[in-house]
Amino acid sequence: MRVLALRPELESLTAVQDPSDVARAAAGDVRAFERLYRLHLARVHSLVRRMTAGRDVDELTQDVFVRVWQKLATFRGDASFTTWLHRLAVNVVIERFRTDQVRRRRMHDGEGVFDTIAASTGSRDLPMDLETALAKLPDGAREIFVLHDVEGYKHQEIADMLEISAGTSKAQLHRARMMLRRHLT
Amino acid sequence: MHEKYIDRLSDYLDDELDPAARAEIDAHLAGCRECAVTLDELRAVAAKARALPPTPPQNDLWPGVEARLSRQGDVRPFRTRMTRRISFTLPQLVAAGLALMVLSGGAVWLSRIGGRATSLPPVAAERGTPTPGDVSPVLFADPRYDDAIADLQQSLQAGRAKLDPETVRVLEANLAVIDRAIEQSRRALADDPMNVYLNSHLAAAKKRKLALLRRASALVGTEG
Repeated sequence: MRVLALRPELESLTAVQDPSDVARAAAGDVRAFERLYRLHLARVHSLVRRMTAGRDVDELTQDVFVRVWQKLATFRGDASFTTWLHRLAVNVVIERFRTDQVRRRRMHDGEGVFDTIAASTGSRDLPMDLETALAKLPDGAREIFVLHDVEGYKHQEIADMLEISAGTSKAQLHRARMMLRRHLT
Repeated sequence: MHEKYIDRLSDYLDDELDPAARAEIDAHLAGCRECAVTLDELRAVAAKARALPPTPPQNDLWPGVEARLSRQGDVRPFRTRMTRRISFTLPQLVAAGLALMVLSGGAVWLSRIGGRATSLPPVAAERGTPTPGDVSPVLFADPRYDDAIADLQQSLQAGRAKLDPETVRVLEANLAVIDRAIEQSRRALADDPMNVYLNSHLAAAKKRKLALLRRASALVGTEG
C-alpha cells in the first residue's frame, strides 16, 4: 500500500495519540485499541459518512476499525498511524463499490443533474449547508470531492485508489464544486 | 463562451495548470467578471470543505466493534506470527533437534513390542554384573567413542565458564536428554539385541551426543 500524506490538521491527531497504544494494540491489547478507536472515530465516521452520503455509515465505520485491528501488524511506521488508518478507511469504502461497472456508473451518474445546474447560471438553488449538499452529489463526484477537498489527497493519489485517470479525478472534482457552489449558504 | 475557461477554473485554483495555461486564464479573468465570480465561489467551496469538522456518530459503535474483534480470535493477534523472522540461537537449534529425540525415545519403548529382527550385526554389547531387582546394566565396547566423549566432556567442563550460563543450562539439559535416550536404547537392546530399529536409534543417539559435544567444544574455543 502506497504511503500518502494527509492534511496537516489531520496529522495533528498524532500529537495526542500515545505511540505505545499502536504497538500495544498490534500486540493484541484491546483496551489500547479502544483508545485508538475513540481518538479517530469522529474523523473516520465523518469520512465514511461523506463518501457514502450517509448509507450504511455505522456498519462501514465498524468495518474500518475491524480491518484496522486485523491489519495493525502490517503498519510499519513508514507513515503516521493517522495517515495509514485513513487510507485504510478509504479503501474499505471503495471496496464496497469495487466492481468496474459500478465504478463506471458512479462516475457518470448525475450528468443530467450537473447539466441542469450548470445551465441555470444566474440563479441560485436553495441554500443548504455543505454537508447536506454533499449528500446530493452523484456518487463519483462526491467521493472525489471528499477525498480531494476534505481529506487532502492529490489527484494522482485519488486516481490510484479509485483506478481511474487523474484527468477523470480533476473533471469530477470540478463538477462537484460547480454543483456545490450553487447551494452555499 | 466562458465554458473553455470555466472548465479549467478548478485546475487553476489547485495550481494544476502549466504556466502558459495559467497565464491564459489570468488574462481572461482580468476582463471577465462572471468567471471571476465563479472562481471565487469555487474557492469558497474548497475552503468550506477544508473547514468541515469531524463529527462523531450519534451512537457509540465500540460495543459492536469489540464484539467483532472477539470473534476474530483466529485472526488476531498475529503480529508475531506474521512479522517474526525465522532465526534461532545455537541452544534453540539444539533444543529443537533434541525435542525430536525425546519423541523418538518413546518409539523405542514401542519398538520393544514386536520389533522385527534383522541379520545386520548389532552394536557390540556385553552384560555387566546383574543387579538384583534392577535392569541389567549394558556396557558397549566402543573405546574410541567413549574416549572421544570423555575428551570432549573434559574440554567442555574446563571451558564452561566461558559460555553464557543460559547456554550451559540448555546444553546440559540436552545432553541429559541424549543420555536418557542412549540408556533407554541400551536397556531395550539388552532384551532384543537384533532389533534393527533399536540399533539404529542407539547409533543415532550416540552420533548426536558426539556432534553436540563437538559443537559445544567449538563454541568454547570461539568464546575463548
